[in-house]
Amino acid sequence: MSDWLGPAEWQAVALSLRVSLWATLFSLPFGIFVAYALARWSFPGKQIVNGLVHLPLILPPVVTGYLLLLSFGTRGPIGSFLADWGIVFAFRWSGAALAAAIMAFPLMVRAIRLSIEALDPKLEQAAATLGAAPAWVFLTVTLPMALPGIVAGTILAFAKAMGEFGATITFVSNIPGETRTIPSAIYAFLQVPGGEGAALRLVIVAVVVAMAALLLSEVFARRVAAWVGGQ
Amino acid sequence: MLEVSLKHRFTGFDLDAQFRAPPGVTVLFGRSGSGKTTIINAVAGLLSPDQGRIAAGDWVLLDTKSGLQLRPHRRRIGYIFQEGRLFPHLSVRQNLGYGAWFAPKDAPREDMGRIVDLLGLGALLDRRPGALSGGEKQRVAIGRALLSAPKLILADEPLAALDEARKAEILPYLERLRDEVNIPILYVSHAASEVARLASSVVAIEAGRVVAQGPAAQVLGDPAILPAGAREAGALITARVVRHHDDGLSELEANGIALFLPRLANAPGTQLRLRIAAHDVILSRNRPEGLSALNILPGLVQDIRAGAGPGAIVAIDTAAGRVLARVTRRSALALGLAPGVGVHAIVKSVSVAPADVGGAAAS
Repeated sequence: MSDWLGPAEWQAVALSLRVSLWATLFSLPFGIFVAYALARWSFPGKQIVNGLVHLPLILPPVVTGYLLLLSFGTRGPIGSFLADWGIVFAFRWSGAALAAAIMAFPLMVRAIRLSIEALDPKLEQAAATLGAAPAWVFLTVTLPMALPGIVAGTILAFAKAMGEFGATITFVSNIPGETRTIPSAIYAFLQVPGGEGAALRLVIVAVVVAMAALLLSEVFARRVAAWVGGQ
Repeated sequence: MLEVSLKHRFTGFDLDAQFRAPPGVTVLFGRSGSGKTTIINAVAGLLSPDQGRIAAGDWVLLDTKSGLQLRPHRRRIGYIFQEGRLFPHLSVRQNLGYGAWFAPKDAPREDMGRIVDLLGLGALLDRRPGALSGGEKQRVAIGRALLSAPKLILADEPLAALDEARKAEILPYLERLRDEVNIPILYVSHAASEVARLASSVVAIEAGRVVAQGPAAQVLGDPAILPAGAREAGALITARVVRHHDDGLSELEANGIALFLPRLANAPGTQLRLRIAAHDVILSRNRPEGLSALNILPGLVQDIRAGAGPGAIVAIDTAAGRVLARVTRRSALALGLAPGVGVHAIVKSVSVAPADVGGAAAS
């Protein structure tokens, strides 16, 4: 198996998994928070927040990547501030994770928001009358009841992060071992003569990972739904 | 004694209600849409009224004048919802324990085992709500509310979503609750039969206003109120079981008047509450003879209330207590019924509440 993929290809696969895992795990709490706020709260500027969250879905990925470079680059307003704290995103694998997280965020938020909106607030009222403070209501009723949506959103976001290309290559370039994820590697292999074999092998990996994620999310979602509404 | 005073304006609906709930079961009685659920949602804190005060002694839940409003989770109220509202992701045992977990550690609380026995939940503990029948769900919901160590129980038509058989299954549990658990209960209902069986006192609600409040027999026997309409009208009288006869009848006695009912299971000496529906009563000016009916109560007409249709409700004061009869206006005229006229109320059938209801018997 290890002979089947060359070291450069393995590097890309491992990097993709690391980038996507971090992107997904790090954005999950924010995703739940934003989804809850959009589903349940009414506040001024709600439509603007909603628009901003969904913007990466509609904008050309190159534009998102370039905006990230402008703001999180070492000379950008956020990038230079963070650089003083030793946090650098530009041309690092962490930058690839940031780009993937932002591109996957709308998908995650949508799935979670739908499941929170489908939740009957009467159950949360019942929990409150039983003495549960709002934070406890959220932890013991809202969160477990929304779990099917959270699982689906997480897996969907992971799959999206695995496939992110445009924003990543614009923001953090295509540096082997640092920011060359599977899509960037496929692109790079296709640019050199004789690279078709390696590109094809990575394509197969990409298809397998995507299919596995999809199947996994189906199985998980069904299990969790059965558990939540269980007999 | 819980004291409630509320004012709230919806579009197209005004709520303006003041009432007191003494210990025992206080039934908020009225038609659908009269504002009963709004009132108990305000008591639970799920609705913020424009103005109001809700307090029991120095335990103040709401006082808009002083800007005090306890959040729902600080009110210590056990709310039994019409549709149960069990947590589907938790087992029955976890549902029952949910409220207890949040109750203050020093709160006087019910014993889980006792409530499980009282409500017959033993076999259900490890199941999920999704695998329960409607009646079972409602019993779990009652247990969950009780085990949260509440100072007050609210019940919003807990039987309305159930069929007659399931109602008959739950009613005895609610009666045991009233008799064995020492917590005031505010119970919303539009069903006269439930009121008759459960209520110690009744608050009659009509279009957001309290039209009458007092002991159950007094409110239900007042022909001017009839919160559920003339069709559902019926009076309550209290009777004592005297003896069981060999021919399958039980003899009861209500203040010197003998009543015969199909065989009851209660031992002689037991006090019972009887509900006599107005449409089960026939009136006669003379003592009828050659009639198959066994129960004939002589009395004096106290009041006649003509309804919108051809019917009228006649209130008769008998030695056994107030009886209501539903007759046509034509018959009332033909019999010459008027306040003070002597009549005989012939009772075709009687429904029996199997336990004595504290407080109400006083009237």
